[in-house]
Amino acid sequence: MRIPVIIACCLGLFFCQITRATTLNMAFDADPVSLDPHEQLSEGTLQFSHLVFDPLLRWNQNRQFEARLATHWERINSHTTRFHLRKDVVFRTGHPFSAKDVVYTIERLKTSPDFRAMFDTVDSVVKIDDYTVDVHTTYTNPLILNIMTYVFPMDRVFYQNQDQIVKYGETFASRHVSGTGPFVLKNRELGSRMTLERNPNYWDTESPGNVDQITITPIRADSTRLAALLSGDVDFIFPISPIDIERTKSIPGLQLVTLPHTRILLLHMNQSRRPELQDIRVRKAINLAINQSLIVEKILKGYATPAGQLSPDRFLGHVNQIKPEYDLKKAQQLMKQAGYEKGFRLSMMAPNNRYINDEKVAQAIAAMLSRINITVDLKTLPKAQYFKAFDNRSADIMMIGWQSDTMDSNNIFEFIVACPDAQSGLGAYNASEYCNASINSDIRQANREMNPERRLRLLQQIEQTLYNDAAIVPLYWQHLTWAAKNKVKIRAIVNEQNYPYLGDLFIEE
Amino acid sequence: MLIFLFRRLLQACFVMMIISVISFAVQDKLGDPVQQMVGMTVSLEEREQLRNELGLNDSFISQYWRFAKGAVRGDLGTSYYYKEPALDVILKKMPATLELAFCAIIIIIVVATPCGVLAAIQPKHVLSRLLMFISSVGLSVPIFIVAILLVYVFAIELNMAPSFGRGQTTDILGLWQSGIFNKDGLQHLVLPSLSLAIALMPIFVRLIRAEMMEILQSEYIRFAWSKGLSAPRIYFVHALKNTMLPVITVGGIQAGTLVAYTILTETIFQWPGMGFLFMDAVSRVDTPLVSAYLIVVGGMFVVTNTLVDLIYGLVNPTVRLASHGL
Repeated sequence: MRIPVIIACCLGLFFCQITRATTLNMAFDADPVSLDPHEQLSEGTLQFSHLVFDPLLRWNQNRQFEARLATHWERINSHTTRFHLRKDVVFRTGHPFSAKDVVYTIERLKTSPDFRAMFDTVDSVVKIDDYTVDVHTTYTNPLILNIMTYVFPMDRVFYQNQDQIVKYGETFASRHVSGTGPFVLKNRELGSRMTLERNPNYWDTESPGNVDQITITPIRADSTRLAALLSGDVDFIFPISPIDIERTKSIPGLQLVTLPHTRILLLHMNQSRRPELQDIRVRKAINLAINQSLIVEKILKGYATPAGQLSPDRFLGHVNQIKPEYDLKKAQQLMKQAGYEKGFRLSMMAPNNRYINDEKVAQAIAAMLSRINITVDLKTLPKAQYFKAFDNRSADIMMIGWQSDTMDSNNIFEFIVACPDAQSGLGAYNASEYCNASINSDIRQANREMNPERRLRLLQQIEQTLYNDAAIVPLYWQHLTWAAKNKVKIRAIVNEQNYPYLGDLFIEE
Repeated sequence: MLIFLFRRLLQACFVMMIISVISFAVQDKLGDPVQQMVGMTVSLEEREQLRNELGLNDSFISQYWRFAKGAVRGDLGTSYYYKEPALDVILKKMPATLELAFCAIIIIIVVATPCGVLAAIQPKHVLSRLLMFISSVGLSVPIFIVAILLVYVFAIELNMAPSFGRGQTTDILGLWQSGIFNKDGLQHLVLPSLSLAIALMPIFVRLIRAEMMEILQSEYIRFAWSKGLSAPRIYFVHALKNTMLPVITVGGIQAGTLVAYTILTETIFQWPGMGFLFMDAVSRVDTPLVSAYLIVVGGMFVVTNTLVDLIYGLVNPTVRLASHGL
């Protein structure tokens, strides 16, 4: 009688061992709006793409390119780059992955409203053989590899003929998904939960990743998200608000990982709305009166890097000599010289739920400007309304943040400081309405310049000109902050673009 | 009676029309839906084109006309985010909210009634005074503080209940995804329904107490005492029955507060119901969904109010319906 019981117990234990899967519960503030990787260019979409699809190549933590579905690549001539693809990779549907899928995906990217701008540079993609493709660009492009990190090959056989991209309507691609990624989508409740399971046929068998199942819950509210981590309901969250960082750090069993981000926050001073702002002395005074370091220290609790320019130190355009400056005396003098000793009134707008502590930062800036007798009428808006106001250039000073899609300075320059041009989309976020022909020609040249030395000089030249003109007010680069339970080894998989490579995540048992 | 019914329905239609105009008019103030749909690098021209496709550049009148024509047929527009008819999205989330509200109401009934009765029978007792003190504090503490406190104590410190979400649900006849019928779902229900109940409870405790005290003074209660009826029978059968009538009326009015509070509770607890959906829709500028929510909630009010009026007439025929309410 006893022996069967013991055997049953052993068997029970045995099965328990087998069925136990490593599950990751995570809560991020955003989720993908669609399963179609080409519908919206957003952080949520790209995070999802890294889970279910897999890129040709991606950035590693040392800012080098890492081969994924492309094993290696070479430049054939000034306009052509050849990509050699990995063999023996299959999509979730079982269809084999080949060059046709890459050609199909890039051609689809060229029709996507959101990605089109980036892929305009690609003239054509040609299949050489089943595992080789040539990418031809319209002009010599130094950033072709940066752009190719956005190519997540899609299953051509699965999507073909039902792959239209519609922003506001249901499409096949927005509801169905087939990729080669480390995870397979199992279940999705829009806006509340997404469940993924490990792809049993994933090609990267050397990856240390041991997560079998992922549940992603988008939690908007900072306090709810943190409470979910503290109560143990989730294992991994992003982001953590600066006021909670110290508390999170002090709790045993939790780890906090921060990385400097490449998103620059800045202020535009609209020169066409206000004649006062056309005076370089006034712009300089505003720049000098704003104390970036103090903002970072007091409001962002040190989780940001004060900025004196647009390019972070890892971008080519960064000029070491330009530091954030604060000199109230000089600022007051400049105002006096410009004839505005008594000051004037300015209107200012900032979002209040887009960037970390954006409203508080805006209030601090208004207070700092009052020291040089500029009275600021500050209005903060939720992001949904703010960006409409931004497009309408509704205030004299406006706050904006910009993250370079290509991990390169020129992308920032194109959108933030190039002369506004509705046709080409250049200067779309240039609410300064600042226009400098030399900057525009430098931007154009830098887009084609293959010589790294010369390219570096061009980008730094733009940065220097912006500084000399006091064209904008750079504020800071905010940091990314993740928190997780200690057993979840996130340090190895998070990166400065905020696309955690969860396929490689290792969780201790 | 028929005239009354007819008038009441006419009135309801009129109210619904006003609600629809208002809920449609707020759309414009929410922000730009196209901004939320596209990445930052999409040019202004393309955005304009998308806006044209969506008909957002038409005049208010023609946009409203299109909306009203659909609404009459039961089509309140298609959600931009969910890409499904807005009404379907809301109805799918409704069970979660109804369950939350239901549990909160049960807690209120079970807790508030004895507390109110106790406070009325023994107004000088220490416990009664304490109850009154707590309820007056409860009236002034905002719901999110209560909710955060509950999360802190029961989810983070004691680890007794989950801090967010709805947990596991079971399928009831393919119609209703319910969390009431399994342990995980119930655990998830505890904190949100408790904070919702705590927010609404003080009013009921005070109301029951006041009504009960008044009724205990009345003739028929004194008569009951002199007849020698037992105390529990007098308090809980004779007195309570009459206390509850006005309480239920007020309870009906409080339904509006309940709806508003579910929005807050659901946001704090990430509860996947209608209120959370609404807040999410606002931040996503999913304007069709926002309008649809306002219309559905408005409709619920109109229907309950109309029903309450009708039932009043049926229960108490001395209310002369034809001259009442219009």
